[in-house]
Amino acid sequence: MKARTLGRHFRESIKSVGRNGWMTFASVSAVTVTLLLVGVFMVIMMNLNKVANDLENDVEIKVLIDLKADEKAEATLQQQIKDMPGVESMKYSSKEHELNGLVKDFGEDLSLFKQSNPLRNVLYVKAKNPQQTAKVAKQIDTLDNTYEVLYGKGKIEKLFNFLNISRNVGIVLIIALLLTAMFLISNTIKITITARRKEIEIMKLVGATNWFVRIPFILEGMWLGLLGSIIPILIVSILYTQIYNALAPKLQGEIFQLLNSKPFIFEVDLLILLMGVLIGIWGSFMSVRKFLKI
Amino acid sequence: MIEMKNVYKKYPNGVVAVNGINIKIKQGEFVYIVGPSGAGKSTFIKMMYREEKATSGEIIVNGMNLSKLKNKEVPHLRRQIGVVFQDFKLLPRLNVYENVAFALEVIEEDPSKIRKRVMDVLDLVGLKKKVRMFPDELSGGEQQRVSIARSIVNVPKVVIADEPTGNLDPETSWDIMNLFEEINARGTTIIMATHNREIVNNMRRRVIAIEGGLIVRDERGGDYGYEG
Repeated sequence: MKARTLGRHFRESIKSVGRNGWMTFASVSAVTVTLLLVGVFMVIMMNLNKVANDLENDVEIKVLIDLKADEKAEATLQQQIKDMPGVESMKYSSKEHELNGLVKDFGEDLSLFKQSNPLRNVLYVKAKNPQQTAKVAKQIDTLDNTYEVLYGKGKIEKLFNFLNISRNVGIVLIIALLLTAMFLISNTIKITITARRKEIEIMKLVGATNWFVRIPFILEGMWLGLLGSIIPILIVSILYTQIYNALAPKLQGEIFQLLNSKPFIFEVDLLILLMGVLIGIWGSFMSVRKFLKI
Repeated sequence: MIEMKNVYKKYPNGVVAVNGINIKIKQGEFVYIVGPSGAGKSTFIKMMYREEKATSGEIIVNGMNLSKLKNKEVPHLRRQIGVVFQDFKLLPRLNVYENVAFALEVIEEDPSKIRKRVMDVLDLVGLKKKVRMFPDELSGGEQQRVSIARSIVNVPKVVIADEPTGNLDPETSWDIMNLFEEINARGTTIIMATHNREIVNNMRRRVIAIEGGLIVRDERGGDYGYEG
């Protein structure tokens, strides 16, 4: 394809967007609404995901070491846990250290126990994949010299379940919305093409290649997607920055945080733009296909 | 230059439009295709530029075997064939000049050559003074001249015309026929399907008559041969 031809295609496609006035308006607004929904969903989903990750990363296994274990046995146990494939990290905490922690949290009264410490030495273990926590805990439980293995049984399974379901629901919704937008664009292009059937027929009869016929329509679809992504980008950017600025200070010190607005929102904007352009291109590509069989 | 061997065409609805045709047309010939409506003339013509694909048999145009032609190569075939229709098929929003130039633009011809080529053919068809007019401002005969100009602007070896005078009054039809004669005199093969008895009988060219999807007559210097 020659550069000059491409220039012609660009001019043609822009002209056509203008010539189709109301149809262009209708499909651009349809794309606007869909991309706006997709954008809002994406922002919520990605933040939810961040919260989920934060919560997941906070999950750890507490291994209480048996009192009978001597130093050598403890060292063996630590090595065994470290060698497990699913283990990300492990931290040792002596019973004195544990008691100091309790004293700090609950007051000096507890320091009486320092004469005869009833606690046990503890290992804090994090699984590589937090969702595998229960499995790793079970494995540790089979080792010698463990007194008890704790990981919030029951509760974290429910948390993980909830997080997984909400992730999947979000993805399904986003895909459904994108398909709707694609359908809308493809319909608009179909009307444009039907109006220009004769032109396509003549083009084909005088020997235009399929790509020559196709490209102006594909570019037109691209413009529709591009135009449709402007308002969603503006709304999502402004709204999220506002929400972030309002909420972020209040969440300071919590275990979960919102995604920082600066790089994040630009990524979302770029994604919305890309989705707009891609569904535009794909939608028109699909609708030109059957008109080329002359 | 055009050869058909045992060509057979059956449409998906079961209608057999062409039922075993053998023919040879040489470069520079002027051929009339005659026959009653529904005899298979249009299908016969459309197969030459691959608007319809033969169900079986062999079609060779300019050395290209159409039954083996890939879809990708069809544009290449069509650039060597000019097509003229009964209903002109002009684009209403383009003026005369643009309608003709369109045929060169879509095959990505060098723009510096387009202007001269278009003006030359518009001069040939006698419309040099109306280049800026739009199709709906022209008479039927003038519109057909634009369409003929478009079909030859690319200097094809063959021009195929399906009822080019079907929508025109007798006098205008003669003007158009003279134009085709002139194009033929320059060496271009002309293949024309027509119902115009008077023209066929006066021109005395090769006449191929098709009935029921078969060639029933093929004679040089022939006449129309049908009543009314």
